[in-house]
Amino acid sequence: MLWLGTLARRILVLVAVVVTAATLNFVLPKLAPKNPVASKLIEMSETGASVGDIESLLKVYEAKFGLDRPIVLQYFDYLGSLFTFDLGYSISFYPTRVADLILSALPWTIGLLFTATIIAFLLGTLLGALVAWEKAPKFLQVVTPGIMVLAALPYYLLGLVLIYLFAFVWHVFPLQGGYSILAFPGWNWGFVLDVLYHSLLPALSIVLASVGSWALAMRGMMVTVQGEDYMLYSEANGLRPRRRFLHYGVRNAILPQMTALALQLGHIAAGAVLVERVFLYPGVGMLLFRAIERSDYFVIYGVVFIIVVMVALSMLLVDLLYPLLDPRIRTGAAA
Amino acid sequence: MRSLQPAEAAPPKTGIGEILARALGPALENPRLVFGLALLGSLVLFGLLGGLLYDTDLAYPLSGPIAKAPSAAHPFGTDTAGRDLLATTILGTLLTLKVGLIAGFIGVAFGATLAFVAAFYGGWTDRVISAITDVLLTVPGLLVLIVLASSFPGSMSTTTMALVIASLAWREPARQIRAQVLVMRESNYVLMARLSGSSGPAIIFTELMPNLLPYLAANLVHAVAAAVLASVGLEALGLGAREEPTLGMTIYWLMVEGAFVRGLWWWIVEPLVALIILFVAMYLISVGLDEFSNPRLRNR
Repeated sequence: MLWLGTLARRILVLVAVVVTAATLNFVLPKLAPKNPVASKLIEMSETGASVGDIESLLKVYEAKFGLDRPIVLQYFDYLGSLFTFDLGYSISFYPTRVADLILSALPWTIGLLFTATIIAFLLGTLLGALVAWEKAPKFLQVVTPGIMVLAALPYYLLGLVLIYLFAFVWHVFPLQGGYSILAFPGWNWGFVLDVLYHSLLPALSIVLASVGSWALAMRGMMVTVQGEDYMLYSEANGLRPRRRFLHYGVRNAILPQMTALALQLGHIAAGAVLVERVFLYPGVGMLLFRAIERSDYFVIYGVVFIIVVMVALSMLLVDLLYPLLDPRIRTGAAA
Repeated sequence: MRSLQPAEAAPPKTGIGEILARALGPALENPRLVFGLALLGSLVLFGLLGGLLYDTDLAYPLSGPIAKAPSAAHPFGTDTAGRDLLATTILGTLLTLKVGLIAGFIGVAFGATLAFVAAFYGGWTDRVISAITDVLLTVPGLLVLIVLASSFPGSMSTTTMALVIASLAWREPARQIRAQVLVMRESNYVLMARLSGSSGPAIIFTELMPNLLPYLAANLVHAVAAAVLASVGLEALGLGAREEPTLGMTIYWLMVEGAFVRGLWWWIVEPLVALIILFVAMYLISVGLDEFSNPRLRNR
């Protein structure tokens, strides 16, 4: 019952977060000295590459925001369209809808970031658990501090270092891109291998830069768990070390790690922005970067809104999954 | 062998030097903190000495030949716009630290004020402040900053940049300091002060503040590190002080101008080395300070 109350509060927070993000997108262009969206549109219609299109876009823009109506009505219309995922049209590629642009970029980002995050989570958790375990191999004690310092660096910085070493100096991996320029996208082995080859370096930069923080958190939990009575009891019972490590130690220490993993998975698209920029990887981050370069405001706002929703949803998911992982929460005994 | 606990080793003296030594002693025995401070110190020294000894006006476009490898005239080489890269690295280090410090200080000051108000007055004040902080903490900061920065017409100065980042930098300090104040409020010495008739502000300034100082310092380091991270990230995306040679803008230019494809290794190595030293230094300092201000983390 206790848990239901928490859940209700979480859903409220989710709604608040989404509405905050939407409000920000609505208010910011109006706060700026000149409305950046309108001035961008006017600038484009003046330079006039494709005047007809821009004019119809301007009409759509005015109709959508209903600039002659009271601002409160405009605001609620805007919220309504966002909740049906109507994110408007791209300014640079006019007839293309922002939602379509995001949908075509999303698989790249999820593919790269999901895989890299899971690998980093598994490696880091195991490493952290082993470092805290007294019977662990000694060399781990030497290697781990180095890996933890890597966690101080943002993904993209490590990405630049890796590009410099592996692509620029040693020519082992391609400099950039999601696939070769000559490759034709499709579901065949050649293309799949090409995509994998191109994603190794970006994935490696994410794994290297995040493995340390997983290890650090797991080590802390493992140290705490080892002080528990049941650990002593299991040893007194003569259980084998492997069983004590996996079933008694790791299983209890891993709970907060699962929470962090779910949150991290929600942040996938947000964390990817700069990695994708550095590697020119064709995901959501690259879409956002190109939009910033072209002042394509609807795409910027759309991408940010979608990512905020993803983060908020994953936090809600954590709250739904947690009782499955930890029975104490189901019964309210933890309180 | 040095004693690990100076408090036991020395008989109580009241000299100011003695007090300082006793306060700093454990800090100086934390190798991470010392190493981090040394790294950061050498970076600051590089910036300050460089600013005195080298002509930093060369950090702007067209002040040298274009895309030349390191030579006697330009020890770090030049980029494709003719910026001298030694001057760029010197000025970039200082500007990046400046953005981090301004944003970090404002963030902690504002966050701490909110935290004190929330924790001390409690009730609805606390609930409203905490709810706002929680909701904003859920929103991915970099993305909100992207929306904010891209709404700025034209290019901004590094100070504007710092203010933009400060607009979100208060969230973490607000939550953490509030939690700490809540714990302290219930402690016996605060109860003692209350029983002996001290007023609210007097308790805040004479009882809570001094005990919070190491904690505030740790928060400040976190906030500055986060602000540097955010500013370099925004600049690398091309959102920021485009006319200023910050480290993040250098990263942006070298990516836009294709330094990798053109083989300009010197352009890539210098900002990367400066940024790596900066991030590792701040990581070591914040880990060290955490251990120092939270003794339970020591010996792990």
